[in-house]
Amino acid sequence: MSVKENNKSIYSELTVGLLAFQGDFDAHQKAIESLGAATLEVRTDEDLAESTHLIIPGGESTTFLKLLEFHDLTETIRRHVGAGKPVLLTCAGVILFASEVINPAQESMGLLDVTVERNAYGSQVDSFTADLDIPCLGGEKFPGVFIRAPRIAKVGKSVEVLSEFDGNPVLVRQRNILGMTFHPELSGDTRIHEMFLKT
Amino acid sequence: MFKGNGKETGGWIVKVGLAEMLKGGVIMDVVNSEHAKIAEKAGACAVMALERVPADIRRDGGVARMSDPAIIEEIRKSVSIPVMAKVRIGHFAEAQVLEALGVDFIDESEVLTPADEQNHIWKHDFKVPFVCGATCLGEALRRIGEGAALIRTKGEAGTGNVVEAVRHMRLINKEIRELTLMSKDELMSRSKEMGAPFHLVEEVAKTGKLPVPNFAAGGIATPADASLMMQLGAEAIFVGSGIFKSADPAPRAEAIVRAVTYYKDPKIVAEVSRGLGSAMPGLEISKIPEDELLAGRGW
Repeated sequence: MSVKENNKSIYSELTVGLLAFQGDFDAHQKAIESLGAATLEVRTDEDLAESTHLIIPGGESTTFLKLLEFHDLTETIRRHVGAGKPVLLTCAGVILFASEVINPAQESMGLLDVTVERNAYGSQVDSFTADLDIPCLGGEKFPGVFIRAPRIAKVGKSVEVLSEFDGNPVLVRQRNILGMTFHPELSGDTRIHEMFLKT
Repeated sequence: MFKGNGKETGGWIVKVGLAEMLKGGVIMDVVNSEHAKIAEKAGACAVMALERVPADIRRDGGVARMSDPAIIEEIRKSVSIPVMAKVRIGHFAEAQVLEALGVDFIDESEVLTPADEQNHIWKHDFKVPFVCGATCLGEALRRIGEGAALIRTKGEAGTGNVVEAVRHMRLINKEIRELTLMSKDELMSRSKEMGAPFHLVEEVAKTGKLPVPNFAAGGIATPADASLMMQLGAEAIFVGSGIFKSADPAPRAEAIVRAVTYYKDPKIVAEVSRGLGSAMPGLEISKIPEDELLAGRGW
């Protein structure tokens, strides 16, 4: 199915905010814009207030936490989540939202009921690609790109596991929050971004 | 899009992928685990493990080599963010050692004394990604041709003087813009002039950007320097001597991190620049003897 009808995307009314503290937010921007939705770099409360959707990209979670100390968007992010607006988390985003972080333990927002182990697969030489089965996207495998990836070690009752790899959840959903330990924005496959825009 | 089946490590997509993750961040030179922890706490997105920062290498002279593995291991154990380390230009055995140690990124760097005056490392042979310095587009594309997953300006390391980084960034971006305006039949001769692989020249002409991320390095010492380089098109910032050679490293490190995120907001850059104490002492490039300039190493 084409997302564009009469040259106008069915997503053209949406504004997807990209948390732009640090990380690969521009890769998400390209994926979202290819589907016809507008994007906005989020660095302030005002930016986020204008967003219908929010993406927290890959990057370093410790850097995100440092910037939040000075530019505290946590209340606005909580309101966005509380209002039922969609959120997509990749890698560092999952760590930021987790209820618990280990290896090492660090602060997190507790908005997604998962325990996350940082750098669980080793260093960069262990970063990998692998085809993933994601039943809700149909039969075609999804190209999973895992970069110094965290591992979701435990999920709470309200969390639905949409895909696993090597026995661990890699794609999860909790109401309006979609979290993954891999990077669909680097894979060239926009099915996950499209699923996100549809929520 | 990659067409993989099972699990595969060390592919091009995960190499460039780590460079993508570092965007919008600050990579800081550190010489021990204490520095590394300060850098991580200040919000660095990665650290560069070294025995001496470039300003000290410049002062001490002599042959500068890969760091002692013990120092690199100590630093790796002390932080959770990616750890980079430097090898001499062309010294693929040093690179093999760093890969075996499990560093996250290798910098084939002009800051160390070159080991090969003719050839750089064939970086496609490695699973670990490489970053290389460049002074112009041709040099950047030669390194990418050899397998570099990330380019940084060379600047002039260890000087605290941003002028060379500005020159290199402006030149690379100008040469990219020129390529996008050329017709197809002009690209081959331009490729010959630049000494750059034709398929990469073609790609840049089409996309208007380097095939890999482009960061700034070499002489960045203040939050305003970092903002300048970001506004000139750098996608992240390396700070070498600029932090730990300044009067008060931790607040300066934090300030540069914030200046990189909010580089478009002069009010925030002003706020973070306040009361940082003295920056590292700077060197004027014209006062440095020509044979002590680092940017001319490599080609």
